[in-house]
Amino acid sequence: MAPRARVFRKILNPPPMKGFKPYGHNVNETVNEPILIHFEEYEAFKLCDYDMYTHHQASEIMGVSRPTFTRIYASVRKKVAKAFAENRQISIDGGKVYFDSDWYSCKTCHCYFNNPQRNIELVNCPLCKSEKIYGYDVETGSAKNEVEHIADMCVCASCGYEELHKHGSPCKGEMCPQCGKRLTRKVKTNLN
Amino acid sequence: MKVAITSTGDSLDSLLDERFGRCSHFVIYDTESKSTEFVPNPNKDAENGAGPASVQVVASRNVNKIVSGEFGMKIKSLVDSLKIQMIVVKEKKTVREIIEMFNN
Repeated sequence: MAPRARVFRKILNPPPMKGFKPYGHNVNETVNEPILIHFEEYEAFKLCDYDMYTHHQASEIMGVSRPTFTRIYASVRKKVAKAFAENRQISIDGGKVYFDSDWYSCKTCHCYFNNPQRNIELVNCPLCKSEKIYGYDVETGSAKNEVEHIADMCVCASCGYEELHKHGSPCKGEMCPQCGKRLTRKVKTNLN
Repeated sequence: MKVAITSTGDSLDSLLDERFGRCSHFVIYDTESKSTEFVPNPNKDAENGAGPASVQVVASRNVNKIVSGEFGMKIKSLVDSLKIQMIVVKEKKTVREIIEMFNN
Protein backbone atom coordinates (compact mmCIF):
# COMPACT_ATOMS: atom_id res chain seq x y z
CA MET A 1 0.00 0.00 0.00
CA ALA A 2 1.25 3.43 -0.87
CA PRO A 3 2.08 5.67 2.07
CA ARG A 4 -0.30 8.47 2.87
CA ALA A 5 0.31 11.60 0.81
CA ARG A 6 2.06 14.43 2.60
CA VAL A 7 0.16 17.59 3.30
CA PHE A 8 1.60 20.73 1.74
CA ARG A 9 3.48 22.83 4.27
CA LYS A 10 3.09 26.55 4.19
CA ILE A 11 6.25 28.64 4.16
CA LEU A 12 5.85 32.32 4.98
CA ASN A 13 9.43 33.42 4.67
CA PRO A 14 11.68 31.40 2.40
CA PRO A 15 15.32 31.56 3.54
CA PRO A 16 17.42 34.28 1.87
CA MET A 17 20.39 31.88 1.53
CA LYS A 18 20.79 28.52 -0.12
CA GLY A 19 22.82 26.97 2.67
CA PHE A 20 25.73 27.21 5.09
CA LYS A 21 29.39 26.28 4.79
CA PRO A 22 31.83 25.41 7.53
CA TYR A 23 35.15 27.24 7.42
CA GLY A 24 38.61 26.83 8.90
CA HIS A 25 41.81 25.16 7.68
CA ASN A 26 40.80 21.67 8.78
CA VAL A 27 37.67 21.65 6.73
CA ASN A 28 37.79 19.61 3.59
CA GLU A 29 34.68 20.47 1.64
CA THR A 30 35.05 17.79 -0.98
CA VAL A 31 35.06 14.85 1.42
CA ASN A 32 31.61 15.21 2.91
CA GLU A 33 28.34 15.45 1.09
CA PRO A 34 26.24 18.43 2.18
CA ILE A 35 23.30 17.76 4.48
CA LEU A 36 19.99 18.58 2.86
CA ILE A 37 17.49 20.52 4.93
CA HIS A 38 14.04 20.97 3.45
CA PHE A 39 12.34 24.37 3.39
CA GLU A 40 9.69 23.07 5.78
CA GLU A 41 12.40 22.06 8.23
CA TYR A 42 14.07 25.44 7.99
CA GLU A 43 10.72 27.13 8.61
CA ALA A 44 9.95 24.86 11.56
CA PHE A 45 13.33 25.56 13.12
CA LYS A 46 12.97 29.29 12.64
CA LEU A 47 9.39 29.49 13.93
CA CYS A 48 10.25 27.47 17.00
CA ASP A 49 13.70 28.67 18.04
CA TYR A 50 13.94 32.11 16.50
CA ASP A 51 10.37 33.44 16.55
CA MET A 52 9.76 31.53 19.80
CA TYR A 53 6.38 30.10 18.89
CA THR A 54 5.19 26.96 20.63
CA HIS A 55 4.91 23.80 18.55
CA HIS A 56 1.17 24.24 18.53
CA GLN A 57 1.24 27.83 17.25
CA ALA A 58 3.93 27.02 14.70
CA SER A 59 2.04 24.00 13.37
CA GLU A 60 -0.98 26.21 12.71
CA ILE A 61 1.15 28.71 10.87
CA MET A 62 2.55 25.97 8.64
CA GLY A 63 -0.79 24.26 8.11
CA VAL A 64 0.20 20.85 9.51
CA SER A 65 -0.82 18.96 12.64
CA ARG A 66 1.07 19.46 15.87
CA PRO A 67 2.58 15.93 15.89
CA THR A 68 3.71 16.37 12.28
CA PHE A 69 5.31 19.67 13.20
CA THR A 70 7.17 18.06 16.07
CA ARG A 71 8.43 15.38 13.69
CA ILE A 72 9.67 17.99 11.21
CA TYR A 73 11.30 19.89 14.06
CA ALA A 74 12.98 16.80 15.48
CA SER A 75 14.34 15.98 12.07
CA VAL A 76 15.89 19.40 11.54
CA ARG A 77 17.48 19.41 15.02
CA LYS A 78 19.09 16.09 14.18
CA LYS A 79 20.32 17.32 10.81
CA VAL A 80 21.76 20.58 12.14
CA ALA A 81 23.55 18.72 14.94
CA LYS A 82 24.93 16.25 12.43
CA ALA A 83 26.17 19.03 10.17
CA PHE A 84 27.90 20.73 13.12
CA ALA A 85 29.47 17.58 14.49
CA GLU A 86 30.68 16.24 11.15
CA ASN A 87 31.56 19.71 9.80
CA ARG A 88 29.41 19.27 6.76
CA GLN A 89 27.74 21.85 4.59
CA ILE A 90 24.03 22.53 4.94
CA SER A 91 21.99 22.97 1.83
CA ILE A 92 18.40 24.19 2.06
CA ASP A 93 16.16 22.97 -0.70
CA GLY A 94 13.07 21.03 -1.63
CA GLY A 95 10.37 19.49 0.50
CA LYS A 96 6.65 19.47 -0.05
CA VAL A 97 5.95 23.12 0.48
CA TYR A 98 4.16 26.10 -0.94
CA PHE A 99 5.14 29.69 -0.44
CA ASP A 100 2.51 32.01 0.76
CA SER A 101 2.73 35.63 1.65
CA ASP A 102 0.51 37.34 4.17
CA TRP A 103 -3.09 37.94 3.17
CA TYR A 104 -5.18 40.94 4.05
CA SER A 105 -8.83 41.83 3.82
CA CYS A 106 -10.39 45.22 3.25
CA LYS A 107 -13.32 46.36 5.38
CA THR A 108 -14.59 48.86 2.81
CA CYS A 109 -14.84 46.88 -0.43
CA HIS A 110 -14.73 43.36 1.09
CA CYS A 111 -11.93 42.09 -1.07
CA TYR A 112 -8.91 39.99 -0.12
CA PHE A 113 -5.40 40.52 -1.32
CA ASN A 114 -1.87 39.41 -0.61
CA ASN A 115 1.37 41.30 -0.34
CA PRO A 116 3.96 39.86 -2.71
CA GLN A 117 6.48 42.61 -1.87
CA ARG A 118 7.27 41.36 1.61
CA ASN A 119 9.68 44.18 2.37
CA ILE A 120 7.11 46.92 1.77
CA GLU A 121 4.31 47.23 4.29
CA LEU A 122 0.83 47.63 2.85
CA VAL A 123 -1.25 50.54 4.10
CA ASN A 124 -3.97 50.88 1.46
CA CYS A 125 -6.37 48.49 -0.19
CA PRO A 126 -5.17 48.09 -3.80
CA LEU A 127 -8.73 48.38 -5.10
CA CYS A 128 -10.50 51.12 -3.17
CA LYS A 129 -7.44 52.72 -1.48
CA SER A 130 -9.15 52.41 1.89
CA GLU A 131 -6.88 52.26 4.92
CA LYS A 132 -9.15 49.84 6.75
CA ILE A 133 -7.18 46.72 6.02
CA TYR A 134 -6.78 43.77 8.32
CA GLY A 135 -4.66 40.69 8.44
CA TYR A 136 -6.58 37.76 7.04
CA ASP A 137 -6.14 34.09 7.81
CA VAL A 138 -6.71 32.12 4.60
CA GLU A 139 -6.80 28.80 6.39
CA THR A 140 -9.61 29.56 8.81
CA GLY A 141 -11.28 32.25 6.72
CA SER A 142 -11.50 34.62 9.64
CA ALA A 143 -10.07 38.06 9.87
CA LYS A 144 -7.50 38.55 12.55
CA ASN A 145 -8.27 41.65 14.51
CA GLU A 146 -5.12 43.53 13.77
CA VAL A 147 -1.82 42.81 12.20
CA GLU A 148 0.23 41.93 15.25
CA HIS A 149 2.94 44.25 16.32
CA ILE A 150 5.74 43.53 18.72
CA ALA A 151 7.68 46.30 20.34
CA ASP A 152 11.00 44.82 19.30
CA MET A 153 13.47 46.78 17.27
CA CYS A 154 15.46 45.76 14.22
CA VAL A 155 18.95 47.26 14.39
CA CYS A 156 21.76 47.63 11.91
CA ALA A 157 25.00 46.28 13.35
CA SER A 158 27.26 48.56 11.39
CA CYS A 159 25.63 52.00 11.63
CA GLY A 160 23.19 51.64 14.52
CA TYR A 161 20.03 52.44 12.54
CA GLU A 162 16.87 51.17 14.28
CA GLU A 163 13.32 50.51 13.15
CA LEU A 164 10.27 48.82 14.68
CA HIS A 165 10.17 45.10 14.01
CA LYS A 166 7.44 43.99 11.63
CA HIS A 167 5.69 40.82 12.71
CA GLY A 168 6.13 37.92 10.32
CA SER A 169 9.08 39.40 8.45
CA PRO A 170 12.48 38.43 9.77
CA CYS A 171 14.88 41.25 10.57
CA LYS A 172 17.49 39.43 8.53
CA GLY A 173 15.38 39.98 5.45
CA GLU A 174 15.28 43.74 5.99
CA MET A 175 17.94 45.99 4.56
CA CYS A 176 19.34 49.00 6.37
CA PRO A 177 18.25 52.08 4.40
CA GLN A 178 21.44 53.90 5.38
CA CYS A 179 24.20 51.43 4.64
CA GLY A 180 22.48 48.50 2.91
CA LYS A 181 23.52 45.86 5.46
CA ARG A 182 21.10 43.29 6.86
CA LEU A 183 19.36 44.14 10.11
CA THR A 184 19.27 42.02 13.27
CA ARG A 185 16.83 41.74 16.15
CA LYS A 186 17.68 43.84 19.19
CA VAL A 187 15.38 42.72 22.00
CA LYS A 188 13.94 39.27 22.24
CA THR A 189 10.50 39.15 23.85
CA ASN A 190 8.68 35.96 24.55
CA LEU A 191 5.61 35.83 22.35
CA ASN A 192 3.62 33.56 24.59
CA MET B 1 0.95 49.59 -13.98
CA LYS B 2 -0.97 46.77 -15.61
CA VAL B 3 -3.81 44.84 -14.03
CA ALA B 4 -5.35 41.59 -15.24
CA ILE B 5 -9.04 41.06 -14.47
CA THR B 6 -10.78 37.76 -15.15
CA SER B 7 -13.97 38.28 -17.12
CA THR B 8 -16.90 36.11 -18.14
CA GLY B 9 -17.24 37.84 -21.50
CA ASP B 10 -15.58 40.22 -23.92
CA SER B 11 -17.29 43.46 -22.90
CA LEU B 12 -16.74 45.86 -20.01
CA ASP B 13 -20.19 45.03 -18.65
CA SER B 14 -19.36 41.33 -18.23
CA LEU B 15 -19.19 40.04 -14.71
CA LEU B 16 -15.92 39.21 -13.02
CA ASP B 17 -15.19 35.52 -13.53
CA GLU B 18 -14.91 33.81 -10.20
CA ARG B 19 -12.40 31.29 -11.51
CA PHE B 20 -8.91 32.19 -12.58
CA GLY B 21 -7.56 29.32 -14.68
CA ARG B 22 -10.72 28.64 -16.69
CA CYS B 23 -12.13 32.13 -17.02
CA SER B 24 -13.48 33.18 -20.38
CA HIS B 25 -11.39 36.29 -21.00
CA PHE B 26 -8.60 38.24 -19.34
CA VAL B 27 -8.96 41.99 -19.38
CA ILE B 28 -5.56 43.65 -19.34
CA TYR B 29 -6.04 47.17 -18.04
CA ASP B 30 -3.26 49.75 -18.11
CA THR B 31 -3.77 52.26 -15.30
CA GLU B 32 -1.54 54.86 -16.97
CA SER B 33 -2.84 54.87 -20.53
CA LYS B 34 -6.35 53.76 -19.39
CA SER B 35 -6.40 51.23 -22.21
CA THR B 36 -8.10 47.86 -22.00
CA GLU B 37 -7.30 44.76 -23.97
CA PHE B 38 -9.42 41.60 -24.04
CA VAL B 39 -7.49 38.37 -24.27
CA PRO B 40 -9.49 35.17 -24.81
CA ASN B 41 -8.27 32.49 -22.42
CA PRO B 42 -6.86 29.55 -24.45
CA ASN B 43 -7.18 27.30 -21.37
CA LYS B 44 -10.88 27.81 -20.91
CA ASP B 45 -11.76 24.17 -21.48
CA ALA B 46 -8.48 22.60 -20.41
CA GLU B 47 -8.84 19.44 -18.35
CA ASN B 48 -5.89 20.08 -16.12
CA GLY B 49 -3.07 22.54 -15.75
CA ALA B 50 -5.31 25.46 -16.69
CA GLY B 51 -4.06 27.54 -13.76
CA PRO B 52 -0.31 27.53 -14.46
CA ALA B 53 -0.93 27.96 -18.21
CA SER B 54 -3.13 30.97 -17.53
CA VAL B 55 -0.48 32.46 -15.25
CA GLN B 56 1.87 32.23 -18.23
CA VAL B 57 -0.63 34.13 -20.37
CA VAL B 58 -0.97 37.03 -17.95
CA ALA B 59 2.66 37.03 -16.81
CA SER B 60 3.82 37.38 -20.44
CA ARG B 61 1.98 40.71 -20.47
CA ASN B 62 3.86 41.98 -17.43
CA VAL B 63 0.91 42.58 -15.16
CA ASN B 64 1.47 43.63 -11.52
CA LYS B 65 -1.92 42.66 -10.15
CA ILE B 66 -4.56 40.04 -10.90
CA VAL B 67 -8.19 40.45 -9.86
CA SER B 68 -10.28 37.28 -9.74
CA GLY B 69 -12.83 35.52 -7.59
CA GLU B 70 -10.60 32.64 -6.58
CA PHE B 71 -7.05 31.40 -6.99
CA GLY B 72 -6.28 27.70 -6.99
CA MET B 73 -3.77 25.99 -4.73
CA LYS B 74 -1.37 25.23 -7.59
CA ILE B 75 -0.90 28.81 -8.67
CA LYS B 76 -0.96 30.83 -5.47
CA SER B 77 2.69 30.06 -4.87
CA LEU B 78 3.55 30.58 -8.53
CA VAL B 79 1.90 34.00 -8.70
CA ASP B 80 3.46 34.88 -5.36
CA SER B 81 6.95 34.04 -6.60
CA LEU B 82 6.40 36.17 -9.71
CA LYS B 83 5.73 39.08 -7.34
CA ILE B 84 2.25 39.60 -8.77
CA GLN B 85 -0.37 40.73 -6.28
CA MET B 86 -3.55 38.66 -6.11
CA ILE B 87 -6.79 40.45 -5.31
CA VAL B 88 -9.79 38.28 -4.51
CA VAL B 89 -13.20 39.88 -4.98
CA LYS B 90 -16.04 37.71 -3.74
CA GLU B 91 -18.88 40.08 -4.63
CA LYS B 92 -20.51 40.13 -8.03
CA LYS B 93 -19.02 43.06 -9.86
CA THR B 94 -18.64 43.99 -13.52
CA VAL B 95 -15.27 44.59 -15.09
CA ARG B 96 -16.22 48.24 -15.53
CA GLU B 97 -16.86 48.64 -11.79
CA ILE B 98 -13.47 47.18 -10.94
CA ILE B 99 -11.69 49.43 -13.42
CA GLU B 100 -13.46 52.41 -11.91
CA MET B 101 -12.22 51.39 -8.47
CA PHE B 102 -8.65 51.45 -9.76
CA ASN B 103 -9.21 54.93 -11.18
CA ASN B 104 -10.46 56.45 -7.95
